[in-house]
Amino acid sequence: MVQRAEMGGAHLAGAGWRLIVRQLKRAPKQFALGMVGTTFYAGATVVSSVVIGWVTDTVLFPAVEAGSIGTASLAVAAIAVIGVSMVRAVGIALRRGGAYAAQFRLQQRDRREVTDRYLELPIAWHRRHPTGQLLANVNDDVEAASFIAAPLPMAVGVIVMLVVTAALLVSTDPFLAFVGFAVGPLLGVANYVYQRKMRVVAADAQRLRARVSETAHESFDAALVVKTLGREDAEVERFGVRSDALRDRMIEVGRLRAVFDPVMEALPSIGILLVLFVGAQRAASGDITAGDLVTFAYLFRLVALPMRVFGWLLGELPRAVVGMERIDAVLDTTDRVDYGTDVPGQSADATGARATVRGVAYRHPDGAYQDLSSAAVVEPIDAPTTTGGQQEVVDQTRGLRTIDLDVPAGSTVAVVGPTGSGKTTIAHLLARLFDPDEGRITLDDRPLADLQRAALADNVALVFQEAFLFDDDVMGNLTLGEPVAEDDVRWAAELAQADGFINDLPDGYRTQLGERGASLSGGQRQRIALARALLRRPRLLVLDDATSAVDPSVESAILRGLSALDTTVVLVAYRRSSIALADEVVYVEAGRVAGRGSHDELYASQPGYRALIDAYDTGKPVSTATGKPVSTATGKPVSTDTGKPVPTESGAAR
Amino acid sequence: MSTDTTTRETPAEAPQLGAMETVRRGLALSPELRVGLGVTGLLALGSTAGRVVVPVLVQQVLDRGFDVSQGTVDMGIVTRLVLFGALAVALTALATGVMNLRLAVVAEQALSNLRQRAFAHIHDLSMLHQASEQRGVLVARVTTDIDQISRFMQWAGLQLIINFGQATLALTVMLVLTWQLALVVVVLVPVIAVVIKAFQGRLDAAYLEVRRRVGRLLGTLAETVVGAQVIRAYGMEDRVRERLDDAISDHREASLKAGWLSATFSGVGELLSSLVIAGVLVVGAVLAVNDVTTVGRVVAFLFLAQLFVEPVQAFGEAVNEAQNAIAGWRRVIEVLDTDPDVADPGDDGVDLPDEPLGIRFDHVDFAYPPADGDQPTQVLFDVDVTIEPRTRIAVVGETGSGKTTFAKLLTRLMDPTGGAVLLGGVPLHDVRFRSLRSRVVMVPQDGMLFAGTITENVLMGDGDLAVAQVRRAFDELGLGDWVASLPQGLETPVGERGDALSAGERQLVALARAYLADPDVLVLDEATSAVDPAAEMRLQRALAGLTAGRTTVTIAHRLSTAEQADRVLVFDAGRIVEDGPHADLVEAGGLYSRMHGAWEAGTSSARSA
Repeated sequence: MVQRAEMGGAHLAGAGWRLIVRQLKRAPKQFALGMVGTTFYAGATVVSSVVIGWVTDTVLFPAVEAGSIGTASLAVAAIAVIGVSMVRAVGIALRRGGAYAAQFRLQQRDRREVTDRYLELPIAWHRRHPTGQLLANVNDDVEAASFIAAPLPMAVGVIVMLVVTAALLVSTDPFLAFVGFAVGPLLGVANYVYQRKMRVVAADAQRLRARVSETAHESFDAALVVKTLGREDAEVERFGVRSDALRDRMIEVGRLRAVFDPVMEALPSIGILLVLFVGAQRAASGDITAGDLVTFAYLFRLVALPMRVFGWLLGELPRAVVGMERIDAVLDTTDRVDYGTDVPGQSADATGARATVRGVAYRHPDGAYQDLSSAAVVEPIDAPTTTGGQQEVVDQTRGLRTIDLDVPAGSTVAVVGPTGSGKTTIAHLLARLFDPDEGRITLDDRPLADLQRAALADNVALVFQEAFLFDDDVMGNLTLGEPVAEDDVRWAAELAQADGFINDLPDGYRTQLGERGASLSGGQRQRIALARALLRRPRLLVLDDATSAVDPSVESAILRGLSALDTTVVLVAYRRSSIALADEVVYVEAGRVAGRGSHDELYASQPGYRALIDAYDTGKPVSTATGKPVSTATGKPVSTDTGKPVPTESGAAR
Repeated sequence: MSTDTTTRETPAEAPQLGAMETVRRGLALSPELRVGLGVTGLLALGSTAGRVVVPVLVQQVLDRGFDVSQGTVDMGIVTRLVLFGALAVALTALATGVMNLRLAVVAEQALSNLRQRAFAHIHDLSMLHQASEQRGVLVARVTTDIDQISRFMQWAGLQLIINFGQATLALTVMLVLTWQLALVVVVLVPVIAVVIKAFQGRLDAAYLEVRRRVGRLLGTLAETVVGAQVIRAYGMEDRVRERLDDAISDHREASLKAGWLSATFSGVGELLSSLVIAGVLVVGAVLAVNDVTTVGRVVAFLFLAQLFVEPVQAFGEAVNEAQNAIAGWRRVIEVLDTDPDVADPGDDGVDLPDEPLGIRFDHVDFAYPPADGDQPTQVLFDVDVTIEPRTRIAVVGETGSGKTTFAKLLTRLMDPTGGAVLLGGVPLHDVRFRSLRSRVVMVPQDGMLFAGTITENVLMGDGDLAVAQVRRAFDELGLGDWVASLPQGLETPVGERGDALSAGERQLVALARAYLADPDVLVLDEATSAVDPAAEMRLQRALAGLTAGRTTVTIAHRLSTAEQADRVLVFDAGRIVEDGPHADLVEAGGLYSRMHGAWEAGTSSARSA
């Protein structure tokens, strides 16, 4: 905070100037239109004062002196006034219209570019930045940076008028002109002080605003937890602390503006008074005529009022600069995922892909957040959270140490391991959500990193543990907007055991999901996500505990269906029914492969694996002789060959 | 139903609060806004008066200080007038400054309070946990909507008031100078009113469209950020880019349309002002010729007329801000107006009896409110069951069979639409929340965490608990090893929403929370679904100790849990179809025995693989 406050004024002025230049370059046509309007406006404004002076001198005075008035001269006067005004009206409309056009053009460009970056930046980068912050960036920051477009054409118009006025004044009486423009440097000083103080506060307010939004997001997401533990009051208090912090900073913003705005408005008025006073003396001493002074005073008044627009522009500037810097922080991030040009070969006899993982290590970044403003890592603002500070020095043990894995084409490999052992990390690496720190992953002997973007997505499909649905209908959520035959969609939905409940939804496959749509249960969401993956007929399907919320009987039906496909499958699983389908089981412990082989081999050789599997069976007798399940109550074997999930999907699935 | 009116923009269907009504209600909701309004109003008047001072003063200096015909200057008068002007300018600046400050303090204070009230109220609404996707909309209620009101209060609203004051003041001065000439201006007032009215309708419609598209834009942006992983994994970038492009361009298009309309309006305002000036010139000339007024006054009128019409030009801009603010205010009011459908009886309520609690579902029905005019969706039908204190109940059934609804009714996250739920013989409806939440705790399936450390997540701001208790809770749950494996132990930051932990690990933290809460009735809604079986077994043992002496309802996804329960409730399509101990149900050969068979087949085939 202290260092930032001390950043020099030159830097501030530079940043403000850079912002203006940047925005001018980004919407040149729109600004040009605004400038044309401004020229009309400024020209017509100067002319209008001349017209009124002319009417006063040539129509009003003679008429009064003569005691009668000619209709013709009155009509000419009226037409002149209205005529000039029409030009001015067009100027005003074009000036403002151009300013709007520039503003919205800038917003459009920045939003596109920022979201483009979001789509390119590595997932690891996304994880370092809270959702609320990224949303605030593409929304509030973009708007803040574009706001300067509104007063800019007007400000240029004012400058034009000032220059014309100055030329007129200097040619009449340089001394009086000097007196009048003496307030100029004062305006400069006031603005310098203001920019300096405001920028720090504005940046802080912007950050606190994002913080309030983050807290609300988080709290509402956790509503169930908050409610069931009766912690509403604690949440309200936590939110209150942040809301009040924002309030205090906004009041500070208000305080600065409360000083600055009136000063900016008063200084030009003081200038006029000075001109009047000094001008009257010079008129008395005969240096200028009374007429000259009238011209001076009127011209000053003419430009003094629009000068307010400078106050407006300069008042917005600090916030706009902060917005721009936060946008640039995203746009300038060099981090990106580079895709190669390879397309994995497809052998005729196996549609499944072969995946190999060699010496792969990956360390998860810690849970610390980065801010988009210039300082890299943010100190927590409020005292209660004490997570900041010493995070960087922590010995990081979470992630993968060294992993080797072979997944033959068309095979099914189960990845099993205790909670937190790195299973999800393996799944995400296989889909290249991020790249390993060391080692490499290949698909049909081609490094994953060398694959084309489209080839990667076509070949590998990852199904997440938590299903994410888009604000679209079921069909859109399955096809993801690609042209797919309806039969294929149904095939995938049936395979994922989703067709039944989808048909029971109010509008079937056309039922709206997402923000405005039907609420589905966790299991239903997972099945839609699974169908989405299957529909793409990937050559490598990675399931990250993707059926955890699905009923076991439905899950086994799904997995049986999968085993009939040629697709290579890597599945993170706990259920033995899932493990049963695997050709090989890989047992992971603390970021390493502790063992691999068949279920029986691992069961015999790996105590950890045995414990994990046994845990599932505890209290349940299994006939060791036959391996067949025995009903606890009757001791009789239970039929295992029905092959169908016993309970069918119920219609009340909402 | 409530969820519809509060979370969606429904301009056409729902009867909306009118603009004036919204402002009236808004001001009533934030009485702080009226504190010192009189003084602020006076200051605004002073600030407005300052705008008229300089032009009038210039006029005065020229008329009184100069004798143009003789070419002499009366420096005494000029000095006095200039000093007076300087004083007026200084006072105006002071008034403006103090007014701005007062407005900032009052508005920010009031809106921060409103923000917090809306936040608290949203937490009281059950809709929050019914539809996870609508939360983003609710966040806007306590952020952008309030920000808009704030911006209006401190800028556009002020402009409207000052401009109105300026027009009034200019008109008054004109009436005082030469009322006959002022009539020219007065006659134009209805014309101006008609023009404003004509434009306002269009501006309203244009800005409404802008707001609608802003909503869509924000939704699309949120999807892009929140769904980043899925987008990446499925290579959807191009399609998402298209959707974003559409939303961004649509928003720009609508904004631009409204912008041009507003700009045109400003131009028309200028034309109106020229009409006034031409009228003043013509009529003024006639009046001056007939000695009703002087040339000096006609000239003064030209400037005063400008001051009178100027505000019309500023109107378009201010109207946009005002519309935004009123729309935001309306949405916040609508949220606050939504009665918490599950309300805390508060002081009228009773505490749960101080004894082990039994559960009674008395012919309970539950239906979700209809969405978009469809039929309400009934999910529970005549559920009638009595659970003795200190029994362990397992609830099993298909997805969508009503298990989670059962749990939510039991914890009063929702109220039944028919029948009643009783705890310890007391209808839940009458139980104070403080008593209810301390005696009944549910561990939901989605172990949602806050950005912070594990300790902070377990304590959740509960000042009565000590950090040492957190460690003990994990140890007693048999999770000491897991904690030790974390980089910073209990002080490990869990990241946004707990993303730094796996889903199973998040559930472990949630269980520790419940453990410390020490409830009489424990409801576990698939609370261990993502925990690995070994950890779950360890937990089961620990939880077995925990559940002893408590009434426990476990929604089970693994039938091993059901085997260990005292009694199993089997749900199918919203009804309890089987009820009894595990062994009996298996024997009975019904739905449960079929489920059990299929499950055993799955688990044991792995064994034999």
